[in-house]
Amino acid sequence: MAEMAEASSDATRIAADARDRVRFEEEALALADQVYGVARHLAGSREEAEDLMQEAYARAFRSWRSFQPGTNLRAWLLRILTNLNIDRGRRQQRAPQMQALEANDYFLYDKLAQDDGGVTDEDRVVERLSQDDIVSALSAVPHDFRDVIVLVDIGDFSYQDAAQILDIPIGTVMSRLHRGRRVLKRELAESVAEDVR
Amino acid sequence: MTETHEDPCAHCEEMMQPYLDHMLSDEEMREAEMHLDECDWCRRRYRFEESLRRYVRQAANQPMPADLKLKLAALRIPLE
Repeated sequence: MAEMAEASSDATRIAADARDRVRFEEEALALADQVYGVARHLAGSREEAEDLMQEAYARAFRSWRSFQPGTNLRAWLLRILTNLNIDRGRRQQRAPQMQALEANDYFLYDKLAQDDGGVTDEDRVVERLSQDDIVSALSAVPHDFRDVIVLVDIGDFSYQDAAQILDIPIGTVMSRLHRGRRVLKRELAESVAEDVR
Repeated sequence: MTETHEDPCAHCEEMMQPYLDHMLSDEEMREAEMHLDECDWCRRRYRFEESLRRYVRQAANQPMPADLKLKLAALRIPLE
């Protein structure tokens, strides 16, 4: 009798475990579009992003028990993905490049507005940049800065989440974001100059 | 009390990124908005930066290939 009760409780536990796992997998898959949106720009190319997604999801499915229900699953998945990206050895752990940057934050606006002969609509000014300009400018930003821009400005993560995903202090997130946005604008300004040539 | 700055436009520029990130204190936010209300030069530049961020986000948004979705689903661990 006791053995039967024990077997039945085991079966209940196994069923509950399977249900939790399936729910986890479904929730993780439902977030795949959003995770890919970020992964695409963390990786160097579309192909790398696809490989990285598959590795990250395979690992997530294997270690689903280490996810704490009720916490941010998208951030958890991206933490796995960024760690894999570093582990794959594509990225040298180096100090961010420290070349001189433009002294002010408005140089891109000044350049675009000036080239347009003093337009009045700021939305129109920004439309001088093509989607390709933006994607290639983003990929030209050094990794350390790009990771933060991609997480905060594209993935819409808070500074705090970005700090946890990348395992860096929040102050570093802020300084890399500040600097990275300027690098991005410089790349965009250069792409506009090339389009004009 | 609101501080006065020697070059209010330069100060406004310093506050632009934290303003757009909603990281300013209420006092700093009021200060920035007061300046933006009266300064067309800064207002245009803030508006541009805001549009730029929106535009970068839209441009960077690339849909996941449909076959990748299937590959990810196939990675699920089968039920025993």
